[in-house]
Amino acid sequence: MRKLLNTLFVTTQDAYLSLDGENIVVKNEEETLGRYPLHNLEAVCTFGYAGASPALMGACAARNISLTFLTRNGRFLARVIGEDRGNVVLRKEQYRISDNERRSALVARNIIVGKLYNSKWILERATRDYPLRIDVDRMKRVTASLSETMKLVRNVEDLGILRGLEGTAAVQYNSVFDDLILQQKEHFSFRGRSKRPPLDNVNALLSFAYTLLANDMKAALEAVGLDAYVGFLHRDRPGRASLALDLMEELRGVYADRLVLSLINKRIINSKGFHKKENGAVIMDEDTRKQVLKAWQERKQEKIIHPYLHEKISWGLVPYAQALLLARFIRGDLDEYPPFLWK
Amino acid sequence: MMDYNEEDFLLLSGIQHFNFCRRQWALIHIEQQWEENVRTLEGAYVHRVADQPLLREKRGEKLIVRALPVHSKQLGVAGICDVVEFVRDPEGISLAGEEGLYLPFPVEYKRGKPKKDDSDRSQLIAQMLCLEEMLVCELSVGYLYYDEIKQRVEVPVTPSDKEQVRKIFREMHHYFQKNHTPKAKAGPHCQSCSLNQVCLPEMMNRKKVSSFIESRLNE
Repeated sequence: MRKLLNTLFVTTQDAYLSLDGENIVVKNEEETLGRYPLHNLEAVCTFGYAGASPALMGACAARNISLTFLTRNGRFLARVIGEDRGNVVLRKEQYRISDNERRSALVARNIIVGKLYNSKWILERATRDYPLRIDVDRMKRVTASLSETMKLVRNVEDLGILRGLEGTAAVQYNSVFDDLILQQKEHFSFRGRSKRPPLDNVNALLSFAYTLLANDMKAALEAVGLDAYVGFLHRDRPGRASLALDLMEELRGVYADRLVLSLINKRIINSKGFHKKENGAVIMDEDTRKQVLKAWQERKQEKIIHPYLHEKISWGLVPYAQALLLARFIRGDLDEYPPFLWK
Repeated sequence: MMDYNEEDFLLLSGIQHFNFCRRQWALIHIEQQWEENVRTLEGAYVHRVADQPLLREKRGEKLIVRALPVHSKQLGVAGICDVVEFVRDPEGISLAGEEGLYLPFPVEYKRGKPKKDDSDRSQLIAQMLCLEEMLVCELSVGYLYYDEIKQRVEVPVTPSDKEQVRKIFREMHHYFQKNHTPKAKAGPHCQSCSLNQVCLPEMMNRKKVSSFIESRLNE
């Protein structure tokens, strides 16, 4: 498996990014804030609004470095995509599967199996780690039901039914998610998901983490030559990276939710970093965002054994590994798409 | 035997990848999993106007041409010869714009030292087949120059060697037309392969995904 390189996050508001030889230069007005060799980077994420030079965009595209622009609140704006690589045969097969309900369902159900399996084990682990803090019986009821649903999902060949089962399972998981928050309860509680806009601190954190995950997933799919915008479970919608959203489903819990929980439970962040706007939207201040990014980067460096490949890789390469496995399935090297089943 | 169209030409140097591992060749040449697209890289040469005067260097009885673009419609390949030496020989052929008769000898440069297998040879033989077709002559000797030992090795080539190479290219075209990436036996050579991370050779010996999922769900 390839090596995970670094992601450069630029959080300075009016930073401008440019290319100088083999380096990326971050400037604020005339002042140079930093220079980083491109060969150490695999992604650049900027929250600044001043932008980047076309020369830098070209250099990033040519080197397969993903360059993503986000608003200061971490909402996705745009990505730079260079000339298409990978091959057209792979993408055409991807479109054929996407156009076929049944074939789409066969991939999508494995993704959902992955999602439910991972959700189940997040809850199971909590009952093991904190039996004195958590209502174990309530958790066990949910995990038992997730196990049942998983077995049903395994044989579904209809996307509608699949989405129904997935929805039911999501409601159950969300019903106990608040029980996983063990610190700072007065400021961080979960009463259900709100996205546009996030209406409380936990949702603001989740939205931010999901944006980061979505960016990583899109970059990974492009790296293996798949089209991030044509999915199997999420249907096409202009501007929606459906396939990235599909593959994210498996990773939301293990990759993003767990990180958010540890930030709260370890008191790495606190409520002072959150502000409610007039419309009820909650936004994080720059410091808090930096804390999340730092934790995100640290998590990405951690090594795990990939459950299917049995190979030691960093968390940060999991999106890439799953994209690669999906590409290999589409090419006919594998009998099914192997989801990321994390215990 | 039908001639191939130019847009279906394969890259001559691919025969080395193919001999190393069919799957590696397919990943590079069919799936284009390469840092840059090889075809565009060499396309520039392939489409060079054929009649432009070549860069020639005269040394006594020899004409030395470097980076000579060659192709064969019969094999459906195109590539570049590192060096072709044209040696004056009464048995040779006439060259446009040159006095006398010459025989061409391709010299392929290789890093490292002579290998046990035939992979270097087959690339050279493919070049000879291209030269035979372009110059309308018959060749039976080429040279491999090894950088590590700083000397050239003479490579005699028989008609059956040539047939062997033709056969390999036929097989390559077969995969290319079907857009098919063959599976391959994983082995120690996978460790030295630059495409290891794309190919995931260990995946081919993995148990089926269906049984992987079942075993996990029944924990």
